[in-house]
Amino acid sequence: MAEIIVHQEKIPDPSVVSALCPFGAIDVLDGKVLINAGCKMCRLCIKNGPAGAFELVKEQRAAVDKDKWQGIAVYLDQTDGEIHPVSLELLGKARELAGKVDQPVIALLAGAALAKAVREILHYGVDKLYLYEHPNLDHFRIEPYAAVFEDFIKRCQPAVVLVGGTAIGRSLAPRVAARFRTGLTADCTFLDIQKNTDLDQIRPAFGGNIMAHIRTPHHRPQFATVRYKIFSAPERLDAPRGEIIRVDMDDALLTSKIETLSASRKEPVKNIEDADVLVVAGQGIQRNENMALLEELAENLGGMLGGTRPVIEAGWLEPRRQIGLSGRTVKPKLLIACGVSGSVQFAAGMSGSDRIIAINIDPEAPIFKVAHTAIVGDVCEILPSLLQKIRAGEFVQ
Amino acid sequence: MKIIVCIKQVPGTTQVDIDEETGVLKRDGVESKINPYDLYALETALRLKASCPEAQVVAITMGPPQAEQSLREALMMGVDDVVLVSDRRFAGADVLATALTLSQAILAYGWDTGLILCGQQTTDGDTAQVGPEIAEFLGIPHASNVTAIQEFSAAGLTAKVDLPATEETIRIPLPCLVSVNKGIHTPRLPSYTLKKASRDRKVRTITLAELPDSDPAHYGLNGSPTQVIRIFPPEHNVAHERWEGASETLAARLYENLREEKFLV
Ligand SMILES: Cc1cc2nc3c(=O)[nH]c(=O)nc-3n(C[C@H](O)[C@H](O)[C@H](O)COP(=O)(O)OP(=O)(O)OC[C@H]3O[C@@H](n4cnc5c(N)ncnc54)[C@H](O)[C@@H]3O)c2cc1C
Ligand SMILES: Nc1ncnc2c1ncn2[C@@H]1O[C@H](COP(=O)(O)O)[C@@H](O)[C@H]1O
Repeated sequence: MAEIIVHQEKIPDPSVVSALCPFGAIDVLDGKVLINAGCKMCRLCIKNGPAGAFELVKEQRAAVDKDKWQGIAVYLDQTDGEIHPVSLELLGKARELAGKVDQPVIALLAGAALAKAVREILHYGVDKLYLYEHPNLDHFRIEPYAAVFEDFIKRCQPAVVLVGGTAIGRSLAPRVAARFRTGLTADCTFLDIQKNTDLDQIRPAFGGNIMAHIRTPHHRPQFATVRYKIFSAPERLDAPRGEIIRVDMDDALLTSKIETLSASRKEPVKNIEDADVLVVAGQGIQRNENMALLEELAENLGGMLGGTRPVIEAGWLEPRRQIGLSGRTVKPKLLIACGVSGSVQFAAGMSGSDRIIAINIDPEAPIFKVAHTAIVGDVCEILPSLLQKIRAGEFVQ
Repeated sequence: MKIIVCIKQVPGTTQVDIDEETGVLKRDGVESKINPYDLYALETALRLKASCPEAQVVAITMGPPQAEQSLREALMMGVDDVVLVSDRRFAGADVLATALTLSQAILAYGWDTGLILCGQQTTDGDTAQVGPEIAEFLGIPHASNVTAIQEFSAAGLTAKVDLPATEETIRIPLPCLVSVNKGIHTPRLPSYTLKKASRDRKVRTITLAELPDSDPAHYGLNGSPTQVIRIFPPEHNVAHERWEGASETLAARLYENLREEKFLV
């Protein structure tokens, strides 16, 4: 089995090696160096420890025949026949990946009344659309949806499966990945593909201050989830294209122990993901009263308010306005960050924005690394002055 | 009937920095706490028990020996029993291997067809995937994003689920797994009386040897299909301009800029 072996004789001073491990997984007992269950196999001890002291011993695995797994598959997330926009973004990414390995883009659509959705999807460049349409699939229930997904994978053997990180995708993807005993990388922020179809996945890890580059080299298919607004939606093609494969389902596939008692549509609220302009509050705005300044600016720019986690926790904004790793990912045309330090967790949710203006009093603030325009100054002075000028110019869109 | 709550010990600090020169991870302090999302699962379990007295609440965690501390905290909140799942051969587990380990440990513990509760996600792994994968390994239905549990008995439960475009009420029979959303109930604080009462309690540890499937190839790094190729600090190299000066000047410049770029028309 793979494990890290300690060559005690190569460690001149055991008392210093514990510090090599950021996870506290190196213990020293009676002068002997031991690795405990906290080991994350990050291999930093091998890299930074005394030469040859730590060694990774790997087990040989049976190789998967990668040629048998072809195509980039996308799960199309839908409610009442409406496709979630993240699915279109994934189709765009799938097309790009498929082009690099010269393989098809395959899509899975499951639900009850899908005629309209099918027509629309064919404008987004799929090669094959597998359609599982049945009245029993009207509401999302895990067992029939997982069964249909399993059937789909067995039929087309895709190399890669991309799923949107929605509440449905985050429930369904792990279920199906576990069924195939394969890997699933959540919330990828970057995807690329090797010639041998190994998927290069990058995501924030260990709490988010670090990025991890992840591969699933010995298993197929390779599952990845991606959140809304990480990738850009492809252009809608004028002419529909793609082959539709309607799959007949056995009743056994559609059984569920879960009963949907009621389902109500959520109020269609405008979410920060959909705003063209965002004015974002960080702790640096100091007081709840200052939110009014940001509000007025947002109104004049035809935008919405967003916030960092501490601002949400202080109750200055509602939780669905949080931007970042544990909030939402946004990609507006303009984002103005006011008194935001620019933690990695925050930046993970907004660094793809077209234009970022950051106002921060600290010239060293990390937000300036992601901002296109770094304004070093006091937001509590700049905003009132800016608003004065706007008022004098009588803007309000 | 047992209600099993999966809890994870996570770093108490938010700062996990990487030293750009040496590539070494830096952690200021190794202080740990229960994953905040799991406190909601614990609270939910304790409330369900109150309405279903034959239920017993068991907290389970997979982690290094130090993770025992999080189980002690669970005892202080009022759970009936705790289990630590720990073995150095579990090290380096990704989602699949973690879920397999937990599902096997639940079987080894003796789980009599009740409920398994998970938090929605962890603050360090942050995948929200471990719960659904445990359910898959145990072959039971699951529901994620549960915002309320309305009825609970040995037969099953009624839950409110928050989906992308809808809010649904579903009925699931036991056994099943439910991941609860943050905010479902306010977690209680640890009690001093329970702390005193559980101080000398021994925590049971389940190791690889006790699992029904004890093949080491299925656990830890070996059992993990995903491999971390490298870790690196996030790099942002946007071309940027820097404005400095008096607030008034900066405001004027910003005003002009927003007009030029047609954000203010
Ligand atoms: C797993 C994990 C997930 C997380 N997820 C998220 C997430 O999704 N979203 C998120 O935002 N955070 C998240 N965080 C928290 C994150 O690490 C930071 O703590 C947070 O983003 C900081 O918010 P802030 O910039 O508002 O506050 P601070 O870091 O306190 O920054 C305030 C900034 O304001 C500046 N300032 C102060 N006064 C003024 C003034 N008068 N004028 C101008 N500037 C001023 C300061 O220089 C400072 O840079 C997460 C953390 C973890 C560990
Ligand atoms: N090591 C672990 N031990 C026990 N429970 C865990 C562990 N890892 C994850 N979980 C459970 O799975 C949920 C989702 O975790 P994650 O997939 O890491 O976001 C958590 O809220 C816990 O309930």
